[in-house]
Amino acid sequence: MLKKIKEFIIERLIFLSGIASIVFVLLIFIFLLKEGISIFKTVGLFDFLSGRFWYPISDPPKLGILPLIMGSLLVTLGAVVIAVPLGIASAFYIAEVASPRVRDALKSCVEVLSAIPSVVLGFIGMVTLVPFVKALFKIPTGLTAFSGSIMLAFMALPTIISISEDAINAVPRQYKEGAIALGATHWQTLYRVIIHGAMPGVIAASMLGIGRVIGETMAVMMITGNAAVIPTTFLQPVRTLTATIAAEMGETVRGSEHYYALFAIGIVLFVISFLINVTADLFLHKDKR
Amino acid sequence: MKNAKINVSKFNFYYGDSRVLKDITIDIPENRVTGIIGPSGCGKSTFLRSLNRMNDVILGSRAEGSVMLDGRDIYGRDVDVAGLRRKVGMVFQKSNPFPKSVFENVAYGLRIDGIKDKYFIEERVERSLRDAALWSEVKDRLRDNAFELSGGQQQRLCIARALAIEPEILLMDEPASALDPTATLKIEELIQELKKKYTIIIVTHNMQQAARVSDLTAFFMLGELVEYDITSIIFTKPSKKLTEDYITGRFG
Ligand SMILES: Nc1ncnc2c1ncn2[C@@H]1O[C@H](COP(=O)(O)OP(=O)(O)OP(=O)(O)O)[C@@H](O)[C@H]1O
Ligand SMILES: [Mg+2]
Repeated sequence: MLKKIKEFIIERLIFLSGIASIVFVLLIFIFLLKEGISIFKTVGLFDFLSGRFWYPISDPPKLGILPLIMGSLLVTLGAVVIAVPLGIASAFYIAEVASPRVRDALKSCVEVLSAIPSVVLGFIGMVTLVPFVKALFKIPTGLTAFSGSIMLAFMALPTIISISEDAINAVPRQYKEGAIALGATHWQTLYRVIIHGAMPGVIAASMLGIGRVIGETMAVMMITGNAAVIPTTFLQPVRTLTATIAAEMGETVRGSEHYYALFAIGIVLFVISFLINVTADLFLHKDKR
Repeated sequence: MKNAKINVSKFNFYYGDSRVLKDITIDIPENRVTGIIGPSGCGKSTFLRSLNRMNDVILGSRAEGSVMLDGRDIYGRDVDVAGLRRKVGMVFQKSNPFPKSVFENVAYGLRIDGIKDKYFIEERVERSLRDAALWSEVKDRLRDNAFELSGGQQQRLCIARALAIEPEILLMDEPASALDPTATLKIEELIQELKKKYTIIIVTHNMQQAARVSDLTAFFMLGELVEYDITSIIFTKPSKKLTEDYITGRFG
């Protein structure tokens, strides 16, 4: 009898914790909506998303976030181009090629990399990468989208590597052995069996890495230069959605248009991250089936 | 032995520090079925996998001694291991078709060999499936996923897959252990058919099966080859007490 009550309580507790996380997410979203939506009364949704100027404290304020969206996209795109191929290649190397000792060493490195707080990475980037980029391309400032992409790539790498590696290791051994027994070389096995089998997981890993990059704030704020203009090249300062919220939230007057606009940016970010995670999830579950 | 296809001599195999095959010396004749029996963990699979160097992929493993195939040591210096495995095909205990169509499973070995000729591949796939006694059952299902076949069909598909690259030797590690009696019987009949063209080495846990399908039988125990002889002799008047105890079911 007592056991039954105990089980009942435990069950309820677990259920409640599950519900709680859903409720919290919902509450956050509702709060974002409530605070952000009122901006669309003054600035239309379309104008907000496609406005080319972000002058939040001029009079009247111009609240177009296209430069910020472009900034985020550009930095993210750069980071993806760097991190995805590098991350996937590293994962294959670690899982399939490296000797056990090298593998352990590399895995520890990846863990350490993922443990570095983004402020620290941003700081290191600021004192090393930024001057380097400036000197390399002979440009007036090293605070560019390009520098941001490199730094973000470092942040996405651990996610991409470790999840891809799991996916590679999850390819059934029988497939590998089957191919080897038919005279496939190591590379043919890798190419035909393992990449094929691990693909959904690897794509999901990349999506999660991208999600990480889009939401990242500190490091990009420190090294992308924060100029809210529509970028035309990788070698110019940009400002991202996240950096805008972080930099301006402290200075804005609560209840002002600017304040609501920052929340609306939050909604945009939320929607983007949500879509990316759903896509990643689709691939991960495709894997399971 | 005359007509020996494979001569193994003083062969030892180690996983790390543990020696799981001890001084194995055995000659395996061409176009015969050689059965390998012995209690679980005695090294049957290890021995089989030594013959096509499947154990190479296991880290920390090591082979000593020689395995001569047609007079050439497969553990020699400049052996093309992938080429060896094409010559020495293998069927696993648990059937392991690829997650592809029936046709592509059989064509797989040809494709990794770089063969592109569509008609050649089609013809070879059909012949391999016929040889594996599977053609009539799957000829209308070549595009279906291999996982939709029954367990016994999947195992014969794996046999067809191995046959498609025209090996000379076929290694089978308990190919019927996961199958029902009817499917098992089919595989056994198939083996009788296949030995006309191939040298077959089969590991089995099932004493009756060894007696039925193999021409010669080798009895392994604790990593050693205890006795090796014509099957009827092994099962009627073995020369070693250990063998007799095992086949009469006193242990194992
Ligand atoms: N990959 C491995 N690493 C370390 N030891 C192994 C490995 N594979 C097998 N062994 C050991 O080697 C010995 C022989 O194993 P093997 O699989 O060859 O036996 P077996 O005769 O095929 O057994 P079974 O009838 O159960 O299939 C066993 O003691 C086993 O634990
Ligand atoms: Mg075995």
